Amino acid sequence: MEKERILTPIKRIKTGISLPHFKGTAEKETVAFSPEKVFIPVSMHIGAPCVPTVNVGDSVFVGTVIADSEAAVSAPIHSGVSGTVTAISKKEVGGRATDIIEIESDKKMEKDPNIKPFSVKNQADLIEAAKKCGLVGLGGAGFPTHIKLNPPNSAKIDTLVVNAAECEPYITADYRECMENYNDVIEAIYLIKDIFKLEKVVICVEANKPKAISKLYEIATDKRDKDDTVKLMKLPTKYPQGAEKVIIYSATGRVLPVGKLPSDVGCIVMNVTSLGTLYRFIKTGMPLVSKRITFEGTAVKEPKNVIVPIGTKITDVIDFCGGVDENYSKIITGGPMMGTAVLDEDAVIEKRTNAVLVLNSEKDEKSTPCIRCGRCANKCPMGLTPAKVEAANRIGDTESYEKLNVNLCMECGSCSYVCPAKRPLTQVMRVAKAELRRKK
Amino acid sequence: MGKMLNVSSSPHFRHGDTTSGIMLDVIIALLPAAIFGCVSFGLYSAVIVCVCVVSAVLFEFLWNIILKKPQSVGDLSAIVTGLLLGMNLPPKTPLWIAAIGSLAAIIVVKQMFGGIGFNFVNPAIAARIILLVSFPTFLSGAKNYCQPFSCDAVTSATPLEAIKAGGVDPSTFDLKDLFFGNMSGAIGEVSAFLLLIGGLYLIIRGVIKPIIPLAFIGTTALFTYLFMGFDFKVTLVYVLSGGLILGAVFMATDYVTSPTTNLGKLIFGIGCGAITFVIRKFGSLPEGVSYSIILMNILVPHIDKLTAKKPFGFKEVKNNE
Repeated sequence: MEKERILTPIKRIKTGISLPHFKGTAEKETVAFSPEKVFIPVSMHIGAPCVPTVNVGDSVFVGTVIADSEAAVSAPIHSGVSGTVTAISKKEVGGRATDIIEIESDKKMEKDPNIKPFSVKNQADLIEAAKKCGLVGLGGAGFPTHIKLNPPNSAKIDTLVVNAAECEPYITADYRECMENYNDVIEAIYLIKDIFKLEKVVICVEANKPKAISKLYEIATDKRDKDDTVKLMKLPTKYPQGAEKVIIYSATGRVLPVGKLPSDVGCIVMNVTSLGTLYRFIKTGMPLVSKRITFEGTAVKEPKNVIVPIGTKITDVIDFCGGVDENYSKIITGGPMMGTAVLDEDAVIEKRTNAVLVLNSEKDEKSTPCIRCGRCANKCPMGLTPAKVEAANRIGDTESYEKLNVNLCMECGSCSYVCPAKRPLTQVMRVAKAELRRKK
Repeated sequence: MGKMLNVSSSPHFRHGDTTSGIMLDVIIALLPAAIFGCVSFGLYSAVIVCVCVVSAVLFEFLWNIILKKPQSVGDLSAIVTGLLLGMNLPPKTPLWIAAIGSLAAIIVVKQMFGGIGFNFVNPAIAARIILLVSFPTFLSGAKNYCQPFSCDAVTSATPLEAIKAGGVDPSTFDLKDLFFGNMSGAIGEVSAFLLLIGGLYLIIRGVIKPIIPLAFIGTTALFTYLFMGFDFKVTLVYVLSGGLILGAVFMATDYVTSPTTNLGKLIFGIGCGAITFVIRKFGSLPEGVSYSIILMNILVPHIDKLTAKKPFGFKEVKNNE
């Protein structure tokens, strides 16, 4: 009987790619560390940037709000250390001038006195909790969670999909959340299940994480689950299993129509670390001030998972983690498939950062002409044909972008990964998307 | 620290497959059948294949030099073209004709249309057809073909020519001879056994999908069975002789000139098989594999357009059950 709680995917995508795992940090206990100074950007989410609510010279505690916004789609930002605000300066982050709040730590890590547990009785409380927590989608998207928990058709939501797929190579931060804080995850799941009166909760893990599966299995077999709603699903180890549309398809068999939100097919999809963080806020009142990241890569000497305050510089992480090979040439925040190569080591850990990868110089692979092998189209999880977009881009045919549905591309990187001609397909998709946005 | 970091668009790592790696796999897959042909038809046939390969590479090299284009011989595709052309020629082809074939394949069909990836028909097949219509006396007829292991002494019509022109009863052929290549034919097309092993290698290595070969050979076999007397043996004689296996496994599966979607590949394979059968049965030519592939090559853009994939979630509207 109990076996039934581990489900196999209802539908399987025929696309997607097999990647090496490199999950060497999976069984290492997370270590915590706090730097002397943090540099917190006011925009770490999708939506309106926040405005600093502190001034230079102000004292702050762990959990003090330091930036906020009136805008609907935004998320407040809290300090991850106790100490003094030493500067507020503008710096270019991801192509936009962003305020950076610089806080010098007094090493005491004192909690803000206003922090107290938060009681959640109904959906409005839950939304408020997510907002106060400053929670955004921690899987990497950075979409404010309070918006996600407030869909226009709340009554029609019947399924919570818990995303613990973690399909990118190297990253094990979500895996460690499952192993270390699974109680928080359980509590959050039951809270959301009760508030939305859900018919089904599907916890999705890739099959290459057997220990996480057995841990999460405890959630699925919890005694509280009297009406048999919480299920565990073993997803095939195939990238990009954790992509929203893909995971909804696997977990529920529902196809998310083009241009619709998960709530339109009755689903809420939440990352496992987001759930844990949400419950910790409700339990203790401590908002999202620190983040577990996987520190890995070919140049890393001692790979590990480390919890750092948000705004910690990558250099500080590197120093704390025992340094890197001198010949490293690239630093990536996020996974190797979708992560961003940072411009310099002054880049900081943001809310949605789940990994810092330091890589040795790679082979310089030259692009050769497309040989029409069709692999990019056959592997694209969104059913697009990147080679055609690239051909259109080459001849300046921007008119075709719309017809080729470039706006559906989620930039998972599968096309570039498989291309034997080493063409920069994902990059061209990005260019085409930007071009299309400009036109509208 | 001020270190200069490498910055690039994601993804930050890639699969190891390269164009030259794929071409190398095709060469490896072709070699057993090519070597078999060279051994069974004698040293001169090996010289023909070598002339095709060397001249194909040379023409590509010179084209790039003269037109000041980046050198592309390193992608090995010219070797594949030369090898395929050589394998498609009769064992007694004059060497200058082999070289003209390479010229047609590399310069006219491939480079003039933009080089690798831009040719609209398979260069080796197009070159073979150009040679066939330009120099029919050197490319067809019994005098250009011979029996294995006695190539210098005895000329011999290919099985299909013998059936078509000589009125030989197809059921008199020995299937084992046909399967293992103990017959007259073009240098590389005779050993169905080794060609199929090569095809299997390509499928296992993920270079080709089996859809086109299966659809191509299957359609030819089905039509032959249905319209030539419901005879299994006759059907197998038609499948194993001529260039069907070589064409279906190695030439029709050429990425550049075949459809990219699975459905497209199926349509393409069935089309090739049907045209091959029609030419063999009703045409004045004994063999139709080359013409079928080149005709379907021309249709590829239309097949691709018809079978274009729909984006994920594009058609589904009713799924809120």
